[in-house]
Amino acid sequence: MTQDIPLLRLEGVTKRYGATTALDGVHFDLRAGEVHALMGENGAGKSTLMKILAGNVQRDAGRILLDGAPVEIESPKDATALGIAIIHQELNTVPAMTVAENLALGREPRTRWGSLDRRALLREAREKLDRIGADIDPRRELGSLSVGMQQMVEIARAVSEDARVLVLDEPTAALSRGESLQLYRLVREMRAAGVGLVYISHRMEEVWELADRITVFRDGGYVGTRERTEINPSDVVRMMVGRSFDDLYAHAPRQPGDVVLDVQGLTDGELVGPVDFQVRAGEVVAMAGLIGAGRTETCRLLFGADHVHGGSVRVRGREVRARSPQQAIAAGLAMVPEDRKAQALFLDHTVEDNIAVSSLQEHSRAQVLRRDSVRTAVKRHMRQLRIRESAIGLPARALSGGNQQKVVLARWLMREADVLVLDEPTRGVDIGARREIYELIEELTAAGKAVLVVSSDLPEAIGISDRLLVMRAGRIVAELDSHTTTEEDVMSHATGTATSPSGAHHV
Amino acid sequence: MSESAPRSATAPASPGPSSAPESIPVPAAEERVAAQRGVDLARWWDRVGILVVLVALVALMVLIAPNFASVSNLLNIARSISINAILAAGLTLVILTAGIDLSVGSILAVSGVVSVLAAVGGLPAWVAIVLGVVAGCLAGLVNGILTAYLGLAAFIVTLGTMTALRGLAYTMTDGQPIVSNTLNFRDIGNGYVAGIPAPVVVMIVVYLVIWFLLERTRYGKQVYAVGGNAEAARLAGINVRRVTTSVYVIAGACAGLAGIIFAARVVSAQPTAGTGYELDAIAAVVLGGTSLAGGRGRLYGTLIGSIILGVLSTGLILMNVQFFTQLLIKGGVIILAVAIDGLKQRPLRRQRVRAAGAVT
Repeated sequence: MTQDIPLLRLEGVTKRYGATTALDGVHFDLRAGEVHALMGENGAGKSTLMKILAGNVQRDAGRILLDGAPVEIESPKDATALGIAIIHQELNTVPAMTVAENLALGREPRTRWGSLDRRALLREAREKLDRIGADIDPRRELGSLSVGMQQMVEIARAVSEDARVLVLDEPTAALSRGESLQLYRLVREMRAAGVGLVYISHRMEEVWELADRITVFRDGGYVGTRERTEINPSDVVRMMVGRSFDDLYAHAPRQPGDVVLDVQGLTDGELVGPVDFQVRAGEVVAMAGLIGAGRTETCRLLFGADHVHGGSVRVRGREVRARSPQQAIAAGLAMVPEDRKAQALFLDHTVEDNIAVSSLQEHSRAQVLRRDSVRTAVKRHMRQLRIRESAIGLPARALSGGNQQKVVLARWLMREADVLVLDEPTRGVDIGARREIYELIEELTAAGKAVLVVSSDLPEAIGISDRLLVMRAGRIVAELDSHTTTEEDVMSHATGTATSPSGAHHV
Repeated sequence: MSESAPRSATAPASPGPSSAPESIPVPAAEERVAAQRGVDLARWWDRVGILVVLVALVALMVLIAPNFASVSNLLNIARSISINAILAAGLTLVILTAGIDLSVGSILAVSGVVSVLAAVGGLPAWVAIVLGVVAGCLAGLVNGILTAYLGLAAFIVTLGTMTALRGLAYTMTDGQPIVSNTLNFRDIGNGYVAGIPAPVVVMIVVYLVIWFLLERTRYGKQVYAVGGNAEAARLAGINVRRVTTSVYVIAGACAGLAGIIFAARVVSAQPTAGTGYELDAIAAVVLGGTSLAGGRGRLYGTLIGSIILGVLSTGLILMNVQFFTQLLIKGGVIILAVAIDGLKQRPLRRQRVRAAGAVT
């Protein structure tokens, strides 16, 4: 086998975004008629590799070879012409059009008068769907189908375009069990037909079920490629994690007090829950899990940002009717959202306005702002967070990522919230500001606040917390002691390969 | 960037037409400087740009038409702009929240009709005035609820109410003007307070009240926050729907006041009153530097924008410019103002592209 020229080969592919290196000289090869799983933690570089193959971004260095010949993929059109098809997590279809129209997108059959040939359109659509054995009515509007069926339509389109390389990105993330099984069958059929499949997934079970070989990336670098039969899942986890701790996260021992935040049976009725957990005064609880495991959704639910279907949230024993962020904030909750630019900051407004926005009531009399009082409080919190005072009148846009995050944190310090929910608080933040945010968390817990942190950075999640909640598929699947747990442990729960009964209850 | 070099080393076998890379990431420092320069320019323009335009325009007018600077002419200009300026004041709040209200011209007509009918029906002047303003508020409330609570696009909602309220004005008057030479609130359109025309006094009061609301109250900060980033505002604990609804109510109230002044000026209820006024009001707001994207702008800019439009109209008349040519010039000025707004946003937009292209 190995002497064959691989169908697709990447050599030393590098991609930089400004100062960040998303991919650093990675290798990858794919044989015809194999399923090759690509694995790695969030941010390992999988999606960047996929974008390069799709022609959405250009590599900065390295070579891509198809059948041993170097190729350039400069646009999605090139990718299609080369026989490379990508099934994205976010589907690339038009929901308002019918299945048949989607299947023919860009190459609609015409009658000899030049108008759309509806009969041919339907016939071709049926043929394409039959080829993959999908029982879908081509006349239906695509948006009315389940995500799984929409995915089938995309695969049907890829097959009809004679794709030789098919990249599947987390294809089962939104599928039911039945739909997943149908997908597995389809994957095997395509492998048998000689298609090379790149299978990106966090789920160890399905990788073990489908993959012939496994390649692992870590922090944008190539770790290694193994035959699936030669290794076991814990080897893969070790390859994915493979880092050691440092004292970036050092913190004084904490003495958690009474329960401040008590969440019971919280659910959105769809992806998340029911979820139960508690956070104590002076305690930091981290939420770990893979992207899509429901961590952010859980935070948003308990903050009233999304529609709550059931369950209760209590702060200091009092039930929060958290049907809106306004009510949650009144009860003492605060949330630093995942995407600070889109969800937290008013980029054109001054730092002062950004910090004061949630505390205006406390600093006004009969609706009239006490401007001196606002300014004094804002300055105090800027000092506490070491934001230079001269920035007070600058638009938030002019600040660095770290300082922007500190502005958002200052907002909640000024509001004197009891429970802080921090969703990826150090994402896109440089190491200095990172350390300052950790120190702030220290100060908060010392002052008796309860802190819930969502972090995809495993060493961070373990390092700064007292307890770790691992989420998978919308539920908390394990509760771990941060002082004794390991990254391998967390990953195995997050991917669902844990065999040890260490507090884990599987679903 | 040097990393593009190895690409040319490989033999391109790409069958498709070679297209340029979609987005070349710019080094962060460089980008920040560019963004900062854009921010500085925007702030400079926000503060003084519009005033410079007004001063230049007035200087030009004085040069061309020496009678322009007479006190009586200036008071005339002030009176002639008052209706548009009052509409634009309310509209400024709406546009600050990234909304739009096309119905203010129609609200003006309905309020005028309501007040005249009330006065003709024997109610005292102050009651007639209050009823006119209340009618404006109710119309604004409908706009606000449809926009904020049903999530419909403000443009479409107010396009609908613009038409419907015009129909209401015609229905209430049977399509005929209702003339009442003894109209009890006629002074609000024709009287003087200490030598200043009454509509100008009303305009000044409206501007002082809304300026205070925007600059000195919690509510004002919330209006800016909703327009700046509605999702962030919601997550910061602001009742976005209530704030959004309220700005349409205030715009309706302003349109109501403008309608009463209009009716008083012509001592009659005109179902056709205010047709097309919404566009002049929007022009004044945009000319004044308020961004249609929301969150950025100042009320005083709107006042100056209204004055510029008024001075321009009067000046063009004084210069005996043909009516058709006047329209051409006014249109050009409005487009110029929007173009400047677009220039202001350019560095911001580029930054957004960069953010979208970045990957962890």
